[in-house]
Amino acid sequence: MISLAGLERIFQVGDQQVRALRDINLEIAAGEYLSIMGPSGSGKSTLLNVIGLLDRASRGLYRLDGRDVTALSDEEQAQVRREKIGFIFQFFHLVPRLTALENVELPMVLAGIAATERRSRAGNLLQNYGLANRAHHRPDQLSGGQRQRVAIARATVMKPAVLLADEPTGNLDRTSGTEVVEILEHLHEQGVTLLVVTHDPALGNRAHRRLRMVDGAIESDTQTA
Amino acid sequence: MRVADVAGFAWASLKGTRTRTLLMVLAMAIGVAAVVILTSLGDGARQYVVAQFSSLGTHLVIVFPGKTETGGGFANTLVGRSPRDLTIDDALAVSRSRYVTHVAPLSVGSALLSFGRRSREVPVLGSTAALLEVRKMALAQGSFLPPGDARNAVPVCVLGWKVREELFGASPALGQSVRIGDRRFRVIGILATQGQSLGFNTDEFVVIPVASAQQLFNSFSLLRILVEAKGREMVEKARADVIEIIKSRHEGEEDVTVVTQDAVLATFDRILRTLTLAVAGIAAISLAVAGILIMNVMLISVSQRTREIGLLKALGAAPGQIRNLFFAEAAMLSLIGAIAGLLLGEAGSLLISRVYPALPAGAPLWAVAAALGTALVTGIGFSVMPARRAARLDPVASLARR
Repeated sequence: MISLAGLERIFQVGDQQVRALRDINLEIAAGEYLSIMGPSGSGKSTLLNVIGLLDRASRGLYRLDGRDVTALSDEEQAQVRREKIGFIFQFFHLVPRLTALENVELPMVLAGIAATERRSRAGNLLQNYGLANRAHHRPDQLSGGQRQRVAIARATVMKPAVLLADEPTGNLDRTSGTEVVEILEHLHEQGVTLLVVTHDPALGNRAHRRLRMVDGAIESDTQTA
Repeated sequence: MRVADVAGFAWASLKGTRTRTLLMVLAMAIGVAAVVILTSLGDGARQYVVAQFSSLGTHLVIVFPGKTETGGGFANTLVGRSPRDLTIDDALAVSRSRYVTHVAPLSVGSALLSFGRRSREVPVLGSTAALLEVRKMALAQGSFLPPGDARNAVPVCVLGWKVREELFGASPALGQSVRIGDRRFRVIGILATQGQSLGFNTDEFVVIPVASAQQLFNSFSLLRILVEAKGREMVEKARADVIEIIKSRHEGEEDVTVVTQDAVLATFDRILRTLTLAVAGIAAISLAVAGILIMNVMLISVSQRTREIGLLKALGAAPGQIRNLFFAEAAMLSLIGAIAGLLLGEAGSLLISRVYPALPAGAPLWAVAAALGTALVTGIGFSVMPARRAARLDPVASLARR
């Protein structure tokens, strides 16, 4: 499903070139549960951003569903993101002036889906995540765990094939973190390809396939059956 | 993204920063209101002047003695002849034209008017009964100059409203005998007050028969002859005919200048329209300033909402969509500001028309449309740069900001 070949990402910092990703070759099949671990600055978030089309590789080939997406225009990439990729962030990134329901509706708004359909889809999803009575609260009236569940609802409301989570539990206490992980793993069981970037070995080791990155390169790629 | 959703999103973000939005709307409103009020003032002035001219009759033809022509003076100096005077006989000849209804000869001078121990210097108009019709004057009391042969020097006079007031106060003036210069005149009528009419205040002058005026001022030339054509479409024919008649009476020489009221009116109309446009242009500067303010606020908004923009991109917003969101916000700001400004401007015009009832204030439709258009164009125009900046933001960097 995801196929990376000879991928490089080079940042220009002042007059220095920083190679955030070095020669990444990676095949991820549909329905995999994969974690990316490694120290800070090892390039794991950059890898996630490139896979999520938020960032462009400097060199190399990236195929998503067999289609070369590196050469797509910004508008085309936006469409791919909208339809195939869901993001979950460490800091939730909910829009503070919108209610939980409106936040979940946001991707559908961007996709031009009619208001009534949006309302019911977002409402159903919030109900699945036990947030039915929080739908009309603003983010600042929600707990961290609730916020992340709203964010997951938002990431999945377009039924993406790939879910990218960057430190999804990094800002949560243990109980809320566990809840969030359970939701993500449940989504994986339903067939979503799940990529989790984390510092936390307890979270990372739950994945069936674990990448370890150091200095922009993949150091190890272990799989448990 | 649906249009309604773009609007809704922009509206929500405007509501999120209430004070800032209100201030922006105020800035825009002041600009639009300035355009509306100033153009309504300018256009009011134009309408006022045009109305004043029209009150003199739009199918008026005015005959001046002398011909203004470049280089024309040379022949005259060689022959040693100055242009002939206009006389009462010229006026009588003109009145026989087929295209003419009324002809009023006009001679003007200044003389001391006295009654009892009061006296004052007044402009004196020498004319005929036709003047009342030609200049559309109205009488308050008594009658106007008697019709009849213009060459008869009848010792009667018609006083302007203010002249009567100053000379007679509350006591009746009709039938009284007044002294103008060294002659006695009987007051037979009082003009109704009309207010200012192109520098000539009918309230302040005295009308006497033209023959009397010529005796009084010891001059047989007329200042001008006012001719009223039979209709608006007759004005040009009347003009040609008047020139022809005078020419034949002046030994084939065209030594008069004939101006139609329409031409004068058109000139004034043009001048004042240009003036209004200039004033509107100056007012539009404040709109441009409001536009720059909008740009500034939009730039701040972009940098404050960097994270939100990054998020929208991550959720699949295309650069074009981000741009449209910011355009919508600017358009909405401008539109609300423009509408508020229109209301403010209309209120201002209303106030002006209360204070100066003579001025037909009220912004012309084109000015309203132009103000609205300029507001929208500046608002959106000045948001191009911020919107593009937003659309180009790097989502990774934007999301990383806390």
